Amino acid sequence: MSLGTPRSLASSGQKNIQDIRHPLCAAEESASSRSADALIHPGSGAATGGGGGEKDLSLPNGTPVETSSPASSSSLLNRLQLDDDLDGETRDLFVTVDDPKKHVSTMETYITYRVCTKTTRTEFDLPEYSVRRRYQDFDWLRNKLEESQPTHLIPPLPEKFVMKGVVDRFSEEFVDTRRKALDKFLKRVADHPVLSFNEHFNAFLLAKDLNKRQGLALLTKMGESVKYVTGGYKLRGRPIEFAAMGDYLDMFTQKLGTIDRIAQRIIKEQSEFLMELREYGPVYSSWSSFEEELHDPLEGVSGCVSNCSSALDELTEDMSEEFLPVLREYVLYIESMKTVLKKRDQVQAEYETKLEAVVFREDKKTPVPTDVEKCQDRVECFNADLKADWDRWQNNKRQDFRQLLTGMADKNIQYYEKCLAAWESLIPSLQDKQEARDETN
Amino acid sequence: MADSGSEEIAVIGNTDLTPSESENNLKNTMVEKGTNLLKRMEINVAEAEKRTGKNAVNMQETYTVYLIETRPVDAASEGTNPVPDSLWRRYSEFELLRNYLLVAYPFVVVPPLPEKRAEFVWHKLTADNMDPDFVERRRVGLENFLLRVASHQVLSNDKIFYSFLTEENGWKETVFETGFQAKADSRLKALNATFRVKNPDKRFAEMKHYGDELQSVISQLLRVRARAADRLYGVYKVHGNYGRVFSEWSAIEKEMGDGLQSAGHHMDAYAASVDDILEEEEHYADQLKEYLFYADAVRAVCRKHELTQFELEMAAQDLTSKKQQREELATGTVRTFSLKGMTSKLFGQETPEQREAKLKMLETQIEEGEELVKERNTECDEYVKSAWVDIERFKEQKDHDLREALISYAIMQISMCKKGIQVWNNAKECFSKM
Repeated sequence: MSLGTPRSLASSGQKNIQDIRHPLCAAEESASSRSADALIHPGSGAATGGGGGEKDLSLPNGTPVETSSPASSSSLLNRLQLDDDLDGETRDLFVTVDDPKKHVSTMETYITYRVCTKTTRTEFDLPEYSVRRRYQDFDWLRNKLEESQPTHLIPPLPEKFVMKGVVDRFSEEFVDTRRKALDKFLKRVADHPVLSFNEHFNAFLLAKDLNKRQGLALLTKMGESVKYVTGGYKLRGRPIEFAAMGDYLDMFTQKLGTIDRIAQRIIKEQSEFLMELREYGPVYSSWSSFEEELHDPLEGVSGCVSNCSSALDELTEDMSEEFLPVLREYVLYIESMKTVLKKRDQVQAEYETKLEAVVFREDKKTPVPTDVEKCQDRVECFNADLKADWDRWQNNKRQDFRQLLTGMADKNIQYYEKCLAAWESLIPSLQDKQEARDETN
Repeated sequence: MADSGSEEIAVIGNTDLTPSESENNLKNTMVEKGTNLLKRMEINVAEAEKRTGKNAVNMQETYTVYLIETRPVDAASEGTNPVPDSLWRRYSEFELLRNYLLVAYPFVVVPPLPEKRAEFVWHKLTADNMDPDFVERRRVGLENFLLRVASHQVLSNDKIFYSFLTEENGWKETVFETGFQAKADSRLKALNATFRVKNPDKRFAEMKHYGDELQSVISQLLRVRARAADRLYGVYKVHGNYGRVFSEWSAIEKEMGDGLQSAGHHMDAYAASVDDILEEEEHYADQLKEYLFYADAVRAVCRKHELTQFELEMAAQDLTSKKQQREELATGTVRTFSLKGMTSKLFGQETPEQREAKLKMLETQIEEGEELVKERNTECDEYVKSAWVDIERFKEQKDHDLREALISYAIMQISMCKKGIQVWNNAKECFSKM
């Protein structure tokens, strides 16, 4: 597939879909959206509803195309109501990262991940794509996004470097944690109203072979303008809302750090508790070996303790594999946000210096040169983009933490429920014998 | 535990057991107490008090005294409810009572006293003898001890025990008048001496071995439990930090703020709940500890059996050797090489008169010896009989008590799980509202 301008592609794609799919729209779309839901959020089909029905297939000129049909609207509406997280934004692009595979060659060993795309967007020729990508491809994509969309918040990638010897890069846990982070990254991009239309992103999703050279010249030029260095320049007036964002991010980072430390400490205490429990249970077993009447009760307690141990083991594992990585990812997400804020400051600085120079040169009130005006426009565009991204980020954060923390509560509830079941099933066996004995007495 | 019926009921009340079931449990324990002092008298250790006084070497010391209250059961059931008789006793007096019982009733597995110093405790509990928690747990333990003695067929009828409960002054003197100390000393010496029984009673040997195993397994269990309690404490308390950070975090959030704030309170509650959990678990540990010390009492009974057996064997051996001497003297043959044989060879034969006198003396010695062996035999038989009766009683009591203890432990765990589920459900609700 060529990487030509998105616009011409989009219009042809639009025609395609309209011609072929429209008559079947109702059935097909709800079906495809449901399967896409299932793919993206296994087990929580309702969470991301909305994708199928009230879709605005944006035409290149921005006119929404109404494709929803009466037949499916009621059920879709229900799903949409459950899904208040999206703030009216609907999804038409679903991306998942799965199926990691290890590749061993003489030169290097690396992991590739399958990137599946399902979409109803008109810029895509097909409704489904599947490609394999490795970490450095993701890295390439992120760099491209950062260069080509300087005014937007680019979601973070998982850390590139891992301590050799400390972490096994090819272990199942590591690969899966990374896969989840990559999945999150692509989903965040796919849900973004601007980034998801980025040509590099589309190339990343579709192209069989990613030509990483493509468009390089153009992009470096674009990037350069952003990398206008203001070295040490102090802003005259950073708008109060952006200052507040910076303060918020600092505080939030701090809190996340504390939560991370607490979580780690809990995991440590839990694993030590687990070690003691694993010693504790068998003592009952060895006691039971020289008791007659008490043999079964003691054996029962031993079994119970061992059940509780495995429940605790699961809890600890869940916390270190599901909870901690999300926290760490958020620290990176905050970093990305801070980078954007910094870039905004730079753009403003650029404008201010230029403006100052003009004012300094010409005492008289002459019209501001277009160059400076352009700069001002850029600041304003940046501010608008950033504010939109900020709101989106806040929204994501709220959603993600709601999910993360309820998940933590759920895991703990499950742990206690398993222990509860174990102990409750023990009680009758402790009492049965007793009653039998009492009756014979 | 035989005495703690009321406490267990309280715990059982938390769970799905029906009230009738728990009443049954109570009845069972009461039936076992049936035939003894407890039928006639209510006993409890009502409170503890700290006192300061001069000890034997005129040094100032602080000690704890415990108030023992007794009251006739009849009065209570008639509803007159008279003011109970009460007196104060020190721990050392309990010790004296127990030592006396040990000597007076060697064939009884004498109930143990609560520990003198706190052992197997997790780090939050202090090992200080004057610590209120420790004193309270000891009060419960001492009451338990008195109830166990009072419910014992044999021990409950002891006069010294009765006066321990009823006569505050002069009790110590009465105990010493029994001369049990002298007996105790000689017994102790004999018990400490190494001796080997030729024909050990298999049952007692097995019981002694059981005592060893029980002691080692319970002490191991208590040790690991204490460490696990430490860790559990850590797990809960660290969650308390979430309470603080959620509260701080909520200050910078708009929509999420309220949810975070209240979730933080639930985390605080979670952290605080561990104190009660571990306090309850301490009760379980005390129940196990009682049997740790019981193991020692069982071994003491077995050891005393060995001593009786040993004394019998010694008497029998003595008698055999006397008989052999008589035979040698009568027949004039020396079967075995002996110093006597040597001297007679060296210094010539004894006169017939001397031989006659010697034979006569041996004759009386043998008679005495036979008497002694007979006596020892009966003594040993009787010891075996009564000791085994008590060991059987002990086994039954132990099986019952420990089963009860395990049930209440399981119930405790269940209530802990339920609390955990509740707290996390509350927190989850707050989180989901964010």
